Amino acid sequence: MLERIEAIRDEARTAVAAAGDAAAVEEVRVRYLGRKAELTTILRGIGELPPEQRGPVGKTGNQVRRELEALVEEAAARYERTELDARLATEAIDVTLPGTPPVVPGHLHPLTRTRREIEDVFVGLGYRVMEGPEIEHDYYNFTALNYPPGHPARMLQDTFYVDPGSLGADPLVLGSDGEPLAVPPGPRDVLLRTHTSPMQIRGMEDQEPPIFIVVPGRVYRRDSDATHTPMFDQVEGLAVGEDITLADLHGTLLTFARAVFGPDRDVRIRPHFFPFTEPSVEVDVSCFRCGGTGRFENGRCSLCKGTGWLEILGAGMVDPNVFGFVREHGYDPDRVQGFAFGMGIERIAMLKHGVPDLRMFFDNDVRMLEQFR
Amino acid sequence: MKVPISWLGAYCDPGLPPDRLAERLSMTGTEVERVGTAGAPSPDGFVVGRVLAAEQHPDADRLRVCTVDAGEGGERTIVCGAPNVAAGQTVAVALPGARLGDGTKLRKAKLRGVESAGMILSETEMEIGDDADGIAVLETDAAPGTALSEVLPIAETVLDLEITPNRPDCLGVYGIAREVHAITGAELGPEPWAEDAEATGSGDVADLASVTVEVPDLCPRFTARAFTDVKIGPSPLWLKARLAAAGQRPINNVVDITNYVMLLTGQPLHAFDLDRVPGGAIIVRAASEGETMTTLDDVERVLDSESVVVCDRDGPSGIAGIMGGQVSEVSAETTRVLLEVACWNGTNILRTSNLLGLRSEASTRFEKQLHPELTMRAQRVASKLMVELCGARLVPGTIDVDNTPPPMRPFDLSYHPGRSDRLLGMEVDPDRAAEYLGRLGFHVHGSAPQEAIAVTVPADRHFDVTREIDLVEEVARVHGLDEHLPATLPGRGGAVGGLARHQVLLRRVEDLVRDAGLDEAITWSFVDPARGGFPGLGEIDPVVVHNPLSEDQSVMRTDLIGGLLAACAHNLARGAERVAVFESGRVYLPQRPPGDGGPLGGRFAGSHPPPVAEPHRIAAALIGELTGHRWRGSGGPADFYDAKGLIELIAAALGLELSFEAGSRPFLHPGRAATVLAAGEPIGWVGELHPEVLARIDARAGAAFELGVEPLVAAATTGDERYEDVTTHPAVAEDIAVVADAGVGAERIRETILEAGGALLARAEVFDVYEGEQVPEGKRSLALRLDFRAPDRTLTDAEVAEVRAGIVAALGGIGADLRG
Ligand SMILES: [Zn+2]
Repeated sequence: MLERIEAIRDEARTAVAAAGDAAAVEEVRVRYLGRKAELTTILRGIGELPPEQRGPVGKTGNQVRRELEALVEEAAARYERTELDARLATEAIDVTLPGTPPVVPGHLHPLTRTRREIEDVFVGLGYRVMEGPEIEHDYYNFTALNYPPGHPARMLQDTFYVDPGSLGADPLVLGSDGEPLAVPPGPRDVLLRTHTSPMQIRGMEDQEPPIFIVVPGRVYRRDSDATHTPMFDQVEGLAVGEDITLADLHGTLLTFARAVFGPDRDVRIRPHFFPFTEPSVEVDVSCFRCGGTGRFENGRCSLCKGTGWLEILGAGMVDPNVFGFVREHGYDPDRVQGFAFGMGIERIAMLKHGVPDLRMFFDNDVRMLEQFR
Repeated sequence: MKVPISWLGAYCDPGLPPDRLAERLSMTGTEVERVGTAGAPSPDGFVVGRVLAAEQHPDADRLRVCTVDAGEGGERTIVCGAPNVAAGQTVAVALPGARLGDGTKLRKAKLRGVESAGMILSETEMEIGDDADGIAVLETDAAPGTALSEVLPIAETVLDLEITPNRPDCLGVYGIAREVHAITGAELGPEPWAEDAEATGSGDVADLASVTVEVPDLCPRFTARAFTDVKIGPSPLWLKARLAAAGQRPINNVVDITNYVMLLTGQPLHAFDLDRVPGGAIIVRAASEGETMTTLDDVERVLDSESVVVCDRDGPSGIAGIMGGQVSEVSAETTRVLLEVACWNGTNILRTSNLLGLRSEASTRFEKQLHPELTMRAQRVASKLMVELCGARLVPGTIDVDNTPPPMRPFDLSYHPGRSDRLLGMEVDPDRAAEYLGRLGFHVHGSAPQEAIAVTVPADRHFDVTREIDLVEEVARVHGLDEHLPATLPGRGGAVGGLARHQVLLRRVEDLVRDAGLDEAITWSFVDPARGGFPGLGEIDPVVVHNPLSEDQSVMRTDLIGGLLAACAHNLARGAERVAVFESGRVYLPQRPPGDGGPLGGRFAGSHPPPVAEPHRIAAALIGELTGHRWRGSGGPADFYDAKGLIELIAAALGLELSFEAGSRPFLHPGRAATVLAAGEPIGWVGELHPEVLARIDARAGAAFELGVEPLVAAATTGDERYEDVTTHPAVAEDIAVVADAGVGAERIRETILEAGGALLARAEVFDVYEGEQVPEGKRSLALRLDFRAPDRTLTDAEVAEVRAGIVAALGGIGADLRG
C-alpha cells in the first residue's frame, strides 16, 4: 500500500509538471486529489486496514496529499497569473489621447488677481480691507477731501454726475456741510466717485486712530482712449496714527513694490500735488524689465521708455484740512498724522502682464482671459 | 509750459546739461514731460555770414549768385532765391552738412549750373520767426564765421513742463528760473520787473482813458497804461525766436510783447488800440444773459449773466480773462495803445471758460487765481519793451482800480523745524530750511533760526502756501526726498490686518465658480438704457448718468446678466463654441441702501449712507458644453440643471440651504426657470435663456443665473461648523422609489418625506428619475436614498420600519405611492 502511495506521488508530480495551463492543472487536481481520486479513496478506507498499517499509511498518505495540494496550488496560481497578464495585455489603451477632466479650467479676471495680490500684501502689513460706495455724495468725493468749490475736477467734462431724479423716492443726499439736504438734491450733488479716496473719510468716520485700511474699488472719470477708460479700478490706502511719517510711506511703498514687482525693485518719490495730501508725491518703481537701467544692449527699454522708472501711484501725508472734516471722530489735526495713497489696478496689471491696451480688460474676450491662470 | 533753455538761462543758469536739469526739476516737483528742441537739431554747421556780392544768376531770373564770407574756408558761392538779398548784409548761413529743423541734411548742390556751397536762411527756415518771404538780415557785429548759435537760438533745447494746478507762478519763465535757483542754488538774475520805463509821453493816462469796474468781487484789480507814438512792426529776431521756441506764433511787436511778458511773468495782458476805444472808456461788468460777442478767433460767443466782459461804450470788446474781441484789436495802423493788466476771480474764469468751451493761454493762468500784485509787475516789464521795441512813449500815470480784498493781503507763516521733522521722518537742518525758503522767494525774518522760522509769503505763492504744512512741503522737496527720505515702516499700535468674513466668503465663492470651469468677466457699470434689447432687463428703472460719454453708457446697470450676455455675444461672434463666464460685482438700484447687513448688501462704513443701494451680485452665463467638447462625448449644452448645480455648489461651500420655485423672467425660458430663495426670501433666479435672447447673441442653447451675494453670506455657516458624531451610531441607508403624478415637484416629495421622517431621518436625496413603460402614463418615479440615524443609538430594523411606514402614509397624502 505504501508503495502504491509513493507511486501515486510520482505520477502526480509528473502530471503537475506536465500540465500546460490552468485547465490541465485543474484536471490533475481532480484526478489525484478529487473525491474519486485513488489517494482519497485510500485515505477514506484507512479504517478498514489492519490496525498496524493504519498509522504508516495514514501518515504517508496525508503527507503526500499535502505535498500534492501545494504543488497543484502553486501551479494553478502561476497559470492564473499568466492568463490575467494575457488578458490585460489585450486591454491596452492609447495613453496619449487627451484626458477628460471633470471640469475645464476656469480663470479669474487678471484685474481680480491683481487686486487680491495687492490686498494680500497690505493684509500682511497689518491693514484691513474695506469697500465703499461707487455712487457717492459730492461731500465725500470732493468737499471733505479739501477740494475747494469750483475746483476743475468738479467740472462736467471730468466727473460723471447722476441725475437727481433717478435716485428713487425720497433719496438721502448730503449737502456741502456733510449733513442731509432738506431740499431735493441738485444736479451736482451726487456723482460716480472719481477715486477711492472718499473712503479715507468714511473709514475715519468709522474707526478711531490708529487706522490701517486699503480700499479697492471701481472709479469713474470722463476719459476714453488707450490709456484711459471711463471706468477703472483703484486701491486706496490710509494709515493714520500719532507718529506715522512720510518716511513710513516711503518704506511701506518700497515693501509693496518689492512684494508685487520683485525683491530687487527700488522706488523713488517725486513731489506732486493733490488737494487732499500735503506734502503730495508721485511714486515710481524701478523698471523690472530693464532692471532700472532704461536700456538693453540693442536699444531703449520700451516699457519704461528709457527712463528706468515706472509711475505706479500717487500718495502723500493726509492734509490737516481733511482731518478737520473728521475731527469729532478722533482725528484732531494737531494730534494725528498719517499717509494715504491711491494706485490704479489696471496700470499695475498692465505693467506686470504686458497688456498693451487698457480697454482689453473690459472686452472679456475669453482668448485674453484664459491667458491668466 | 514750454521753456526754452536759453531764455531760462538768461535768469538762472545752473550749468547743468538739459537732461540733468530736467531730472532735478522732475525730482523736486516740476515734472518735465519732454526735453525737446526747437529749430535745428544741432547748432553745428550754422554760422554768421556776410554777403560780399549778389549778382543775377545767368540762367534763372529768380536766383542770385552770392559771394559770401562765412569765416574759415574763405569766400564761397551760395545761390539764393530771396528777393531781398543784397551785398553788405549780415546773414545766417547753413553750411553743407548742417541739419535743418525738418531733419534734412544740407548738401552742396548745382542750381541751374551754378554750384551752391550752403544756404542763406529765412526766419522760417531757422524756425525762429514767421517771415518766409526773404532771408533774415541779422543785426549783429559778430564776425563772419561766428557760430550762429551765439547770436540766435538756432538749435534751442526746450523743456516741456507739466505744471501742477497749485503753481501758477511756474507758468512763467521767471517762476521756473526761481525754482531752478531754489533747487540748485545757482544765482538768480534780478526780477525783470525791477525797473520801470520812463514816462516820456505827454499829459496823464487819466486824460486818455478811464476804467469802471462794476464787479469788484470778480475783478480784484484792473490796471491800464497808455502808450503813444507806437510803431507797429515785426518784433526783433531774438524775441520772435523766444516766442517761437515757447510755442507762440509771432504776430507784431505789440501783440508779441503781451505774449512775451505773459510767458515771462505768468501774468496775461491785453493791448487795445486806444483809438478804437470810444472815449477811452473801459467798463468791466457782468454780461447779460444771452449776450453775444465775437472773439478774436472769429467765433460768436453766447454769454450768461455770471460771465464778465470788458466793454467800451459800444459793447463788449473782450471776455474777461479768456479772450479779446476784434473791435479794438491792435492793427498795423495802431499808433496809441491801451495796455490792460488785470486780476480776475479764478473760479469765475474757470466756470466761464467751461461754459464757453474756450480755453486760452490767459484763461489757463487766470483760472488758477493769480495775485493782484502781479498786475503791476507785468505793466512794468511790458512798458519797458513797448518803449524799446515799438518806439512808444509811455503816458505818465497808471489807471489802477484796486479792489484787492483783505484776504489777498500779504501774511506771515512760521516754520517749526521740529514739527517738520516729525511729520517727514527726516531731519532738515533749520539753517538749510531757512535758506530753501529764502531761495523760493519767501521773505525770512531774522537771521539765526530759533525754534521757529517766520516768513512772509510772496504774492505769487499767496494762494498755494497758506499753512505751515505747505512750508514743510516746500522745504522737503527742495531738500530732496529722493536723496534724503528714509524708508521706514510705521509702528502699528496694535492694529491687526486681515480679510473680513464676507471678503473671505466672497473669494471662496468666486474661486469655486472659477474652479467649476467659468471665466471671470468684468463688464461696464454703465449700460445703454435699452440694456442691449434683452427682454425685460430695461423694465427696471436705473440710476441715470447726467453727462455720459455716450448713450451706450448712460445708465447704471441694474443687473449683471446683460453685460454677461454681451460678453457671450462678443466671444461667440469670434468663433468660441463654449462660453462660460461669470461676474462678481455690483448693481445700482434707485432706492435707499439697506439699514443693516454688510458692504455686500450696500451698507458701507461712514456716518452717512450713500445715495443709492449698490448690492453685490454673482451671475453666470453658460453657452455650449460646460465641460468643453470632449473626444469621448460629453453632457451636451449647459441647461437648467447645470446652472442650478453651480448654485448648489455655492450653497454647499457656504453651508446653507437654498430652495427653488418655478418662476420665470422675460429673458428666460418660461418653463425652465426658477426663483432662488434663501430662508424663504427670493435672492435671485436661474434658468435657461429664452430663444429670443439666444437669437440675439447667436447661440443655440444656454443657461444663466444671478444671485445677491449678501443673503448668501448672511446665511453662510462655513467657519461655524460643529463636530457631529456620525461614526459611533452609523446611519441606516435605505432606497425607496416613489411614483407620483409627473406634475408633483421632486422638492415637494422630498419635503414630505423629510417632514414625515422627523428627527430620525437625517437625509433624503433624489438619485434617479424614471418615466416610461414601467410606470403609468402621466406618472413619474423618483428614487431617493434615505439615511436614518439617531445620535444616541444604532437604530433597530423595527424603528426604521416604523419611520418608513409613517413616510409611506404621508406620501399617500399627496397622491404618491411606493413603487414595487
Ligand atoms: Zn525699463
